[in-house]
Amino acid sequence: MSAQINALVPGAVVEEHEALGELTIEVTADRILEACRALKDGPTQFSRLSGVTCADFPDQPGRFRLAYHLHSIQTGSRARLRVWAGGLDPEVDSVTSVWAGADWQEREVFDQFGVRFKGHPDLCRILNPLDWDGHPLRRDYPIGGEDVQFTDAV
Amino acid sequence: MSTTDNASTFPLAMEGREAVEAATREGRALTPTERIIASVEAYTPQEAAERTLANEMLADTRPGTREPLIINLGPNHPSTHGVLRVIVELDGEIVRDVTPVIGYLHTGIEKQCENKTWWQAITCVTRMDYLAPFANIHAYTLGVEKLLQLDIPPRAAWIRVLLSELNRLASHLVFLGTSGLEMGAMSIFFYCYRERDEVLDLFEMVSGERMNHRYFQVGGCAQDLPEGFIPRLQALLDILPGRIDEYEALLTGNPIWQDRLKGIGVIPAEQLLNLGVTGPTLRAAGIPLDLRKSQPYSGYEHFQFDVPTEIAGDAFARYLVRVREMRESIKIMQQVLDGLPEGPVIADDRKVVLPPREELAWSMEALIHHFKLVTEGFMVPEGEAYATIESPRGEMGCYVVSDGGPKPYRVHMRDPSFVNLQALRPLSKGGYLADLIAVIATLDPVMGGVDR
Repeated sequence: MSAQINALVPGAVVEEHEALGELTIEVTADRILEACRALKDGPTQFSRLSGVTCADFPDQPGRFRLAYHLHSIQTGSRARLRVWAGGLDPEVDSVTSVWAGADWQEREVFDQFGVRFKGHPDLCRILNPLDWDGHPLRRDYPIGGEDVQFTDAV
Repeated sequence: MSTTDNASTFPLAMEGREAVEAATREGRALTPTERIIASVEAYTPQEAAERTLANEMLADTRPGTREPLIINLGPNHPSTHGVLRVIVELDGEIVRDVTPVIGYLHTGIEKQCENKTWWQAITCVTRMDYLAPFANIHAYTLGVEKLLQLDIPPRAAWIRVLLSELNRLASHLVFLGTSGLEMGAMSIFFYCYRERDEVLDLFEMVSGERMNHRYFQVGGCAQDLPEGFIPRLQALLDILPGRIDEYEALLTGNPIWQDRLKGIGVIPAEQLLNLGVTGPTLRAAGIPLDLRKSQPYSGYEHFQFDVPTEIAGDAFARYLVRVREMRESIKIMQQVLDGLPEGPVIADDRKVVLPPREELAWSMEALIHHFKLVTEGFMVPEGEAYATIESPRGEMGCYVVSDGGPKPYRVHMRDPSFVNLQALRPLSKGGYLADLIAVIATLDPVMGGVDR
């Protein structure tokens, strides 16, 4: 499959491996939008985006590892696209123009991890209040003893 | 009194206000959602009254020049299926735009999982979609078992199928009852809850809890089905087809029910697919995507059942699909009861699964294993896995990442309610306000799952 992506989006694929029956393709952060479009419209027919999510690895240079789970209802196959968003100013292209369903899921990643999505039509917090401080799912977000953020409601 | 003092006494006003201030500080425009929230929230009641008065004086009363009326539905509203807040822009009775605002039940379950051991996290995930707790644990345990490369015994898999289908039945009964209530059909609610209560009694027999069961364990099920469970379930399965006929007699041919649902909330199937919508909503639009068929898990390939689909894609089709799914669930459960294999209900892997209780009395090794598992938990090899199942609402996915330790590095639950709710805006635009309620009801979001 990486050959197919490379044919459509030259030089995008960093790595491809299969583990536990799941195909993982890592692409460079600046090519994610092209790779997604190629996978959707190309012979792989990934018509569905099952989910977008992220995991935080503070020790890695790329830090935020995004995972896009793709599913093709035509062929039944699944694949995971992976992208490192970068630690200092995490930003990748939004794939909402390819799958409209990425909208809320990217907002959730923005809300919980602080990864920005370029070209997203409505990038603001979704699960936390609009005026929340910090990004709770980052590994360095304190889990005990933090300030109560709702004191004005008491 | 200055406006800041005033605002500080209204915490809701603060959120919209601070969003505006943050955007100004960052030198960017408000996003559409921020703008609509700020438009209903950034003012104290006094300021809002002044604005309304000013608007009324400016208002142009010629036809076609009306300003949209923005109303705030929820978060606590009897017809929004839980704490869903919808900001609706109305032109007369026509919905011009809707903005769902979610997060009122956000409890940080994914974050909590990172600070629990792998087996403790089951307690967290089961509380997400509170109408389908077995679906939540099913996805999570499948994900962890995939990482562990652990096979579960056939009896355990069949019991999982049995309880998942029973759960689907209970969930659809709640859908039917509450949707009826929201559409003004009161009696269906009592009939559905009568049967749902029987299902909850069965869940209580199995797990000791009526909700939030943690009966599925990594490796299988906590214990075997209790004595008396199978006859009681069989009795329920025997009466259910007749009971479902009763529901249909109340609703399917009912002209009021048809008027409220037919032709309501329709968008093309391709658009639903593009929005990531799954489950009965997608099947009602003619796409027969059912993960139990397309990628069978836990032994679903052994059972004969149909995937009900409709082509209309409206609220009535979504209702029909769910009713027919209840009948299919009964068929699956009957097949499980008829062919339930004998054997253990949990895998025999002492590094992952607790030793049998009686062994602790005489085996030092079992005691050590028990102690290690309870205090430290089991280790899961480094890696990542994505397990998906068909929950009553669609594709429930669980993405687990392990760093090789006793706690999950990351647990993400792809909840179908969350993704499906995105379709609310296109489905309800251009319809009547009353139809918005029908669309919310037949999308059947569970806010515990949406907000996690």
